Amino acid sequence: MASLVLRRVLGALPVLLIVSLITFGMMRLIPGDPSSVIGGMSATPAQLEQIRRDLGLDEPIAVQLVRWYGGLLQGNLGRSILMGQDVMSVTLQRLPVTIALSAYALVITLVLGLASGIFAALRQNTLIDQLAMMLAMLGISIPNFFLGLLMIIFFAVQLGWLPTGGYVGFTDDPIGWLRTSTMPAISLALLQVGLLARITRSTMLEVLRQDYIRTARAKGLPERLVVMKHALSNALIPITTVVGIIVSLLVSGSVVTETLFSIPGMGQLLTQAVLNRDYPMVQGGLFLVTAFLVLINIGVDVCYSLLDPRVRHE
Amino acid sequence: MNSAAAQLELDADVPETHVHPARATLKRLFRHRLFLSGLGLFGIILAAAVLAPWIAPTDPTKLAMRFKFRPPGSEFAFGTDNFGRSLWSRVIWGAQLSVIIGSSVVALNAVFGTLIGALAGYFRSLDNALMRVNDAMMAFPAILLAIGITAVLGPSTLNAILALAIVYVPRTARIVRSSVIVLREMEYVQAAVAAGAGHWRILRRHILPNAMAPLIVQLSFLFAYAVLSEATLSFLGLGAVPPTPTWGNIMAEGRQYMVEAPWIITIPGIALMITVMGLNLLGDGLRDVLDPRLRIQQ
Repeated sequence: MASLVLRRVLGALPVLLIVSLITFGMMRLIPGDPSSVIGGMSATPAQLEQIRRDLGLDEPIAVQLVRWYGGLLQGNLGRSILMGQDVMSVTLQRLPVTIALSAYALVITLVLGLASGIFAALRQNTLIDQLAMMLAMLGISIPNFFLGLLMIIFFAVQLGWLPTGGYVGFTDDPIGWLRTSTMPAISLALLQVGLLARITRSTMLEVLRQDYIRTARAKGLPERLVVMKHALSNALIPITTVVGIIVSLLVSGSVVTETLFSIPGMGQLLTQAVLNRDYPMVQGGLFLVTAFLVLINIGVDVCYSLLDPRVRHE
Repeated sequence: MNSAAAQLELDADVPETHVHPARATLKRLFRHRLFLSGLGLFGIILAAAVLAPWIAPTDPTKLAMRFKFRPPGSEFAFGTDNFGRSLWSRVIWGAQLSVIIGSSVVALNAVFGTLIGALAGYFRSLDNALMRVNDAMMAFPAILLAIGITAVLGPSTLNAILALAIVYVPRTARIVRSSVIVLREMEYVQAAVAAGAGHWRILRRHILPNAMAPLIVQLSFLFAYAVLSEATLSFLGLGAVPPTPTWGNIMAEGRQYMVEAPWIITIPGIALMITVMGLNLLGDGLRDVLDPRLRIQQ
């Protein structure tokens, strides 16, 4: 188990190294002079000089690179221009909000996606199956911000059941968190619900065709046991690998969802940072979110290995 | 001999019952329900994009304050926005921009995704280096990487295309690479190597044509993602710059008036949905017909 985790972490190191190089390169790739882009049209030469010095852009690229990696190892990613705070500490305030929202959406995705996929597979080619797959197609086709807008109009403005936006921390007020997070989580989850339902259905159909399912039925097992014990537990193994992709899609989708519902998470922060040319924040935030996702994927890989003995003993 | 002449000779030689494989595939596609419904939906958008100058002659950026907030009706088919601009014109020109952006991203992916995927899959010495970079690019959440790139390049239509191409090329390359790795070991390829064919000839004549099916399927889904991602970028204010109408920025502007003029957001939203659903259905149909291994059981 420990060696497995270690192997996965070591395997992820080259990816993290390249991710950090790409994010480092971003600010240096700004066409023209980054300091004038950051300072804006009206900046005086003295101000530009100041910006260059603050960001270390006046030093040779090799020195900048050493500084960047030195900072990374100490958890120092520079200072956000917009927030006037350390990039790391801003991220640590905002990331939990995105994680809470994504986790809520992940629960919705797993419950609805798995249930409808399994249900559709068991009723293959019936009206229910077709209806479920049509809804899944609708789910993967409706843009999450459009669904969010429609939900705001309907549930917040017309019915007044839920607030149009804003955010209450879960630890401050769990009910308030549910009220502010439910619409964003649903609009965020729907794409992934559709994807997972489609994948679950096809994996289940694949498994249900296997010989051991026929054997289980032939020896007289009740259908419920055949499905729950023999089919589902085998179908879930490949589905586990999709969870990593789903989390990445959720974090990606949260960018627009957070902006739409005024939720102070990483997505909203990074959008604001880009619009305000806060490059240290963009570069540091992008690196930290990606590193976080790499860690999640290591976790998913380890779970997968634990669930599937064939992989474990490889 | 050019290919048309070769085709004629082929057709003459074979018995009448034989159908050319490409034609058989087309025939199966045009009997496929999902493919046809996708083609129908996407066809509407494509037609709007191509015919924009004729069906929407009103300038989509022309302000006419006295007509503002007209609901959809006989005067303005799709109503007007807060500046009295015709939503019919804006949505149709927006369709054109979406199609241009989607097809550009698809074209860039077809070229660079195939190139990188073929090199990595065919030359083992390149595989490791190329795929490590590829994995790193894919580790970024797609939209966040796209807005990061837009931050570097600045918001514009061209930069949105570039950003989305950079985000999606690694995903396309991965798909091409996995087909190439399988095909490389096939006996007919070994035979070509034995017959003395060079790397370039083997890749172009023997491997890539057989790697096309999964690529085409991927590209049709990619078109959908590209249109959706571009709408997301311009909804966030990071795509084409107003007053150029895109579905995303029309919806962003309409957001303030969503109670008194809900048509400003619903009409482009529905257009976006039709496009994405059409392309997804097209992709499903293509996958069923071209790539039976990936088929979702019917």
